[in-house]
Amino acid sequence: MIRHLLAATALLACATGAFAQSDPIAERQQLMKSLSQSARAPGAMLKGEAPFELSAVQATLKTFADVGKKAPTLFPAGSNVGHDTAAMPKVWTDKADFDAKWAKFESEATAAQASIKDEASFKANFPGVARACGGCHENYRAKKN
Amino acid sequence: MKRLVFSLALLCALGLGVFWWLTAPGAAVSAQDGAALESGGDRARGEIVFNAGGCASCHMTPGQSERTVLGGGFALTSPFGTFVAPNISSHPRDGIGAWKVADLANAMLRGVSPEGAHYYPAFPYTTYAHAKIEDVRDLMVYLRSLPAVEGKAASHDLQFPFTIRRGLGLWKWLYLDTTPLKPEPVQSEAWNRGHYLVEALGHCAECHSPRNPIGGIIAAQRFAGGPDPEGHGFVPNITAKGLGAWSRADVSELLATGFTPDYDSVGGSMAAVVKNTSSLPKADRDAMAEYLKSLPAREGPPRPAKQASKVD
Ligand code: HEC
Ligand code: HEC
Ligand code: HEC
Repeated sequence: MIRHLLAATALLACATGAFAQSDPIAERQQLMKSLSQSARAPGAMLKGEAPFELSAVQATLKTFADVGKKAPTLFPAGSNVGHDTAAMPKVWTDKADFDAKWAKFESEATAAQASIKDEASFKANFPGVARACGGCHENYRAKKN
Repeated sequence: MKRLVFSLALLCALGLGVFWWLTAPGAAVSAQDGAALESGGDRARGEIVFNAGGCASCHMTPGQSERTVLGGGFALTSPFGTFVAPNISSHPRDGIGAWKVADLANAMLRGVSPEGAHYYPAFPYTTYAHAKIEDVRDLMVYLRSLPAVEGKAASHDLQFPFTIRRGLGLWKWLYLDTTPLKPEPVQSEAWNRGHYLVEALGHCAECHSPRNPIGGIIAAQRFAGGPDPEGHGFVPNITAKGLGAWSRADVSELLATGFTPDYDSVGGSMAAVVKNTSSLPKADRDAMAEYLKSLPAREGPPRPAKQASKVD
């Protein structure tokens, strides 16, 4: 009896674990939330609510670039339904353009890491990177509400 | 009997006469005044008018990223059919390269074409009608400096009776207000600038307000949000009802980067608007924020319940 229970528990644990791991929708939504999280600090600096801090801006840009590299793998075929996904069908019907948008996001974030050295270059260059978020959502993400 | 028929005919003729009179296209600028507008004008200021007015959102050639390539072709779906934005590049035959400043003024300020026909309000001249004539002149100097794009855009695909432009005269009689915006001396200079940018150029209300069945904005619910005029989704309330918790800096930031206060990023048709507003001087975005934050709370139409999209 105990053995059965253990086996069943182990099986269940495996199943849920495997499920969590192979659930690209939840994973990409989490990744997207991390983008918003990391945009907070530079956003406050742009609004003048926080003092400029180069290291925080660089950390955000690094997160952006890392996400830009990883994200395209999280939209496999078949992950267009479920989990309240807001990804639009165009993600899959126009995959080449969608992937190119991620590549551009990554390269812009990387380029900004080099070009942002002080507050002036931050104010000049960061908004452009930030607009890449909306530039992709415009075509590929259904409105939240 | 004969008399009855006669009076009916008279009434009908009278009615037609009134219709004809009500629907007659009127010009903003006479040919005489137009001549004086041909000299002067400032390209840099014109570029600001272009970005504040959001012309690129509709007139830039779709499928490419140059906001100055104005070949038209963007399709706007509506309950009346599909409108296609025309070519307004400097091409003399296919665009508006042969136009005078007065032609642009009559189009933007009155919704009337050089041939004297009414334009459809899908071209948001109900907003531009409040713009200053000097701004139209500056805009023309800017437009003339942009590349000529060959080829006409497709024609509109509309249902009868909306195919008859003359009938638009009635609509305009109801909804086109051509009085210039008056400065409000009790308000700050920034507020007045924001008022002008939002109400005479930005056409924010054209999307952020509910409309009646014939496409007129419901005045009491201006800026209070409503169904997307293009038919998908819902446009949020941007009066104090919707933006109450936003600071002025939050609104200005959204117009610069597209970030909401919780650093999500706006999408849908607002992403294109952000491309326009982000090209404006920061002082202008701050001014728009100042004006928007002064809008009193208005209750909008109820948001439809989110469609159940859970499949799992
Ligand atoms: C190349 C396309 C692309 C880029 C660039 C992009 N996003 Fe997204 N984003 C999406 C898609 C697609 C979804 C919908 C994902 C889903 O629900 O399956 C999304 C969803 C989101 C969500 C909602 C997540 C949730 O479900 O709770 C947030 C928040 C978000 N993005 C923020 C950002 C921010 C901030 C940036 C820029 C720093 C950004 N995104 C850049 C495509 C993109
Ligand atoms: C919301 C979309 C939209 C925006 C924004 C917009 N237009 Fe248009 N425009 C249209 C449509 C649709 C027409 C066609 C109207 C018709 O055929 O009656 C049009 C027509 C025109 C015409 C007439 C062209 C012709 O060949 O007769 C001109 C000129 C013009 N627009 C200039 C502008 C300028 C300048 C701006 C910015 C200040 C602008 N438009 C912004 C949609 C738009
Ligand atoms: C073409 C239609 C359109 C026009 C024009 C437009 N908007 Fe929007 N706006 C939208 C849509 C759609 C959203 C919702 C975007 C989303 O949820 O991703 C939005 C969102 C917003 C928001 C965020 C509100 C919230 O609660 O999240 C603000 C603020 C805003 N718009 C201000 C403006 C201003 C200022 C203008 C004029 C310069 C303007 N809009 C013009 C369609 C439009």
